[in-house]
Amino acid sequence: MKAAQNAVPFNNDPALQERLQAIIEKYKDEKGALIPVLQQAQDIYGYLPIEVQMAVAKAMDVPLEKIYGVVTFYSFFNLYPKGDYEISVCLGTACYVKGSRKVLDCIQETLSIEPGQCTSDRKFSLDTCRCIGACGLAPVMLINDDVYGRVLPAEVPEIISKYQ
Amino acid sequence: MKLQDLNSIKERVLSDVLESTETIRVLVGLATCGIASGAVPVMEKLTELAAGNEKISVSKTGCIGICQYEPIVEVITPDHQKTTYVKVTPEKAEIIYKEHLLGGTPVPDYLVGTVLPSGEDEIATCLEETIFYKKQHRIALRNCGRIDPEQIDQYIATDGYQALGKVLTTMSPDDVIQTMLDSGLRGRGGAGFPTGLKWKFASGNRGNVQKYVCCNADEGDPGAFMDRAVLEGDPHAVLEAMAIAGYAIGASMGYIYVRAEYPTAIARLRIAIDQAKELGLLGDNIFGTDFSFDIDLRLGSGAFVCGEETALMTSIEGNRGEPRPRPPFPAVKGLFQQPTILNNVETWANIPRIILNGAEWFSSMGTEKSKGTKVFALGGKINNTGLVEIEMGTTLREVIEEIGGGIPNGKAFKAAQTGGPSGGCISKENYEVPIDYDNLIAIGSMMGSGGLIVMDEDNCMVDIAKFFLEFTVDESCGKCTPCRIGTRRLLEIMEKITSGNATMKDLEHLEELATYIKEDALCGLGQTAPNPVLSTLRYFRHEYEAHIKNKKCPAGVCKDLLVFSINPHLCVGCGLCQSKCPTGAIFGTLRKPHVINPEICIRCGTCISACKQEAVEVV
Repeated sequence: MKAAQNAVPFNNDPALQERLQAIIEKYKDEKGALIPVLQQAQDIYGYLPIEVQMAVAKAMDVPLEKIYGVVTFYSFFNLYPKGDYEISVCLGTACYVKGSRKVLDCIQETLSIEPGQCTSDRKFSLDTCRCIGACGLAPVMLINDDVYGRVLPAEVPEIISKYQ
Repeated sequence: MKLQDLNSIKERVLSDVLESTETIRVLVGLATCGIASGAVPVMEKLTELAAGNEKISVSKTGCIGICQYEPIVEVITPDHQKTTYVKVTPEKAEIIYKEHLLGGTPVPDYLVGTVLPSGEDEIATCLEETIFYKKQHRIALRNCGRIDPEQIDQYIATDGYQALGKVLTTMSPDDVIQTMLDSGLRGRGGAGFPTGLKWKFASGNRGNVQKYVCCNADEGDPGAFMDRAVLEGDPHAVLEAMAIAGYAIGASMGYIYVRAEYPTAIARLRIAIDQAKELGLLGDNIFGTDFSFDIDLRLGSGAFVCGEETALMTSIEGNRGEPRPRPPFPAVKGLFQQPTILNNVETWANIPRIILNGAEWFSSMGTEKSKGTKVFALGGKINNTGLVEIEMGTTLREVIEEIGGGIPNGKAFKAAQTGGPSGGCISKENYEVPIDYDNLIAIGSMMGSGGLIVMDEDNCMVDIAKFFLEFTVDESCGKCTPCRIGTRRLLEIMEKITSGNATMKDLEHLEELATYIKEDALCGLGQTAPNPVLSTLRYFRHEYEAHIKNKKCPAGVCKDLLVFSINPHLCVGCGLCQSKCPTGAIFGTLRKPHVINPEICIRCGTCISACKQEAVEVV
């Protein structure tokens, strides 16, 4: 639950906070409103960072642990934002033996984020995936719908710079 | 709103729209499957062409049922002649507009009969003339593909909300429950609990306690989409039925728990609820009586276990969607600890018709203990994929060979999987068993929510069982040990089998563990998770043994058991495969036959597609 893990600084825009408060106000007296509130909070912020969870906890008078429990139970809730460009590195067998781990390491180094996280400018988010069925091109990485095959770790900065 | 007002809306819409003798009605199937196939541009094209022409009305409708032939356009002329066009594009729509809508002659090239047989000499001009349709009996899907789901008037014109009017003005709550009991309707979500009995259990102490009516629209089984079709094609049927149940048990509030993955269904439900409230068909003092009933939506957030009734209620309450032990059953202590009934979308869709036509009408259909019809989502290795509603007691052979049009590419039928990750397989030896709740359980499967996946000789049953197990392991909520740890251990044994590392002792452990999980898990998810394993073991034990004893996958699916080799008589030594192999498993010198080292080979198949001589063989 460490807020520091998140490379994206929390957007403290009062306008967004106001929208969140309005939603909480609307549901305040309704039973079982926590999940609809969190769903709409995610619509506002794009994800549910610890700051938003704390704000909901305070305004709805619900323990933060309960909110974290709910957020991590359902696969629709994200603790980290997704970037404009979603990078995905294949760690399937063929890619792995061809060195996709090194490609992943290099992306992590270039962008200073771990898999599951997003860069501070919200441009790139990083994930790993299982076989995408392009073993002949191994190792493979995807940036949104673009497929890059036979990627060498040394090529990573150049590929990423195309999107910067 | 009074009953007379309902009738005047009905008469007006029938004469002006649904049975108009003046205008040509053009319907475009705009459920999710139609939209994904490109029905929106077709709709736009037709609307644009017909703009200003008072003789033509273009409107959207729900799922017609033949998914693979979408986008579908139906034309109903003022003399009530219906024509069904399949795989329509904007270009084809323009030709249909010119030749049929303006010229009066149907376009033969795009007719439904070009893809579906009619069983007679002439080709089918509309869906109703095809074998696919003739063998069906549509009750739950009665309005899907016939009315515009976003127009409450059109629902009213098909006798919509008449059943609610009937119970509120002429029946006592107990009469309603008795009708449900007499009809023999059983829950369509899978378990098949008698609906009337469920209502009866929750009916005590009317007026003194807060009660709830819930709709389970968290359709999570892979391969099942009948609930989506009903919500997208006929949302008012669900609202009306929930209000009827509210009257029967004495509840004033209903919740629909619908999965967030169904945005079109959610949008149409929202429109339907607003329209019903506007006309006073939901809200206070419905039809001028004392009865008030309201409905709200709750969206799922991507957790399969929330389809289980107690987990669903825990989720509506705003918690992690974990199931609770039963008893107490929801009819006693359900949502917010109050008496609650929960029925599935398809169950709800049947109810208005049962009220209007009577319990006897419904119970005259089906088998001794399973009345009425069931909707199945046909998928897998079958010619006509789509939604079919059949009378209970229809045989699997009729569903697959007649309605489904048989297996593609002349392959042989091996099994049909029903009930998704909770169900099992029906093998060829049970091809003629009448499909109903009890027969399916007797042969080791279950009705489930209605996914029916057909498999042919190329499918490995061990692999299928493993697939479903991977799904339940992913979706186990973690609350009880038999499910959280037990299913994971089951999966590990399955992985040993499919990778050729298992012994016959493992098979014993697999059966023993599966039986324990079935007996000891907390909720339906865990209790049914071993079913795919147990039922494939029952009918396809020889396939398991082939994997274990001979280290072979008879269907050629389980990759670890396949051996790739190069036929030296066909190989010309071009080296293409060698250069493409991602792991460097191929050795040889130019213009001499190459060999594959099975230790390094990862069986990705790249060499097969690279080889121009077709020299790479798999055994």
